[in-house]
Amino acid sequence: MSELTCEQLVELVTDYLEEALTPEARRRFERHTALCPGCDVYLDQIRITIAELGRLTPERVAPDARDRLLAAFRGWAAETR
Amino acid sequence: MAESGTTPSSEADLVSGLRARDEAAFATLVDQWGPTMQRAARGHVSTDAVAEEVVQDTWVAVLRGIDRFEGRSSLRTWVFRILANTAKTRGIRERRTIPMSSLAGSLDAGPTVGADRFRGDGDEHPGGWKRFPADWPVGVTGEHRVLGEEVGGVVSSALAELPARQRSVVTLRDLDGLDADEVCALLGLSAGNQRVLLHRGRALVRSRLEDHFGDAARWGATP
Ligand SMILES: [Zn+2]
Repeated sequence: MSELTCEQLVELVTDYLEEALTPEARRRFERHTALCPGCDVYLDQIRITIAELGRLTPERVAPDARDRLLAAFRGWAAETR
Repeated sequence: MAESGTTPSSEADLVSGLRARDEAAFATLVDQWGPTMQRAARGHVSTDAVAEEVVQDTWVAVLRGIDRFEGRSSLRTWVFRILANTAKTRGIRERRTIPMSSLAGSLDAGPTVGADRFRGDGDEHPGGWKRFPADWPVGVTGEHRVLGEEVGGVVSSALAELPARQRSVVTLRDLDGLDADEVCALLGLSAGNQRVLLHRGRALVRSRLEDHFGDAARWGATP
């Protein structure tokens, strides 16, 4: 199996992180990042990106949508109690 | 990372709360699961407004069914299954009237890092970086490595830029903390397509962060 180029490696990063590579492909990936500072930084940037996405606060339910849901709940409760 | 489930005991309390017509129990569930439900629904339909209707319809179905809910699966699994079915049905109905192109663009091909970043075929190292990506100014907070507070805006506008399916997958995985199987079930995706959408979405966010920090190579640029 030939070695990966950097251009190929960047497209395998998610498969690598999701553990979707075959053992041989995984070894080939790790062999490359161990020797290539550019791809090592790239993989690190993806990990940082994931962590930064995780730091975004998920938005709340819109207040008017919430009010409509609670009104629907009260209607259901009154009908079925 | 958002709360993505409740403990079994509190879930049992919530089920009995709903059966007792306790509005506070219902409000707790709406607040806890609502944003995730909205995003999952948005992965099937074309607008936020329609996704909101899907969530509303889901809760109505949940209330109608709660007295017969047997607890063979968790409440959360049951609610999210109803959501997935409701959203799927609505999405199919919608696509009869709305051209596919408005939902497409999610599995489009093409590299996630521009070909101009790599050396060409004539080079000694074809496919190698022309200039290495630069290290980012990462600080450490507690045990986590973090970028400055200002990148929150960069990350959220990059997220807003993503095609709907990519945005749904990235948000459900990386903000809501769901696992791959759960996202596949919610959005009706194969494992492979889930990974493609996640890959493209994360890569776009990374490249916006790179634009923010500049791509000057710390390792020495080719002159
Ligand atoms: Zn490389």
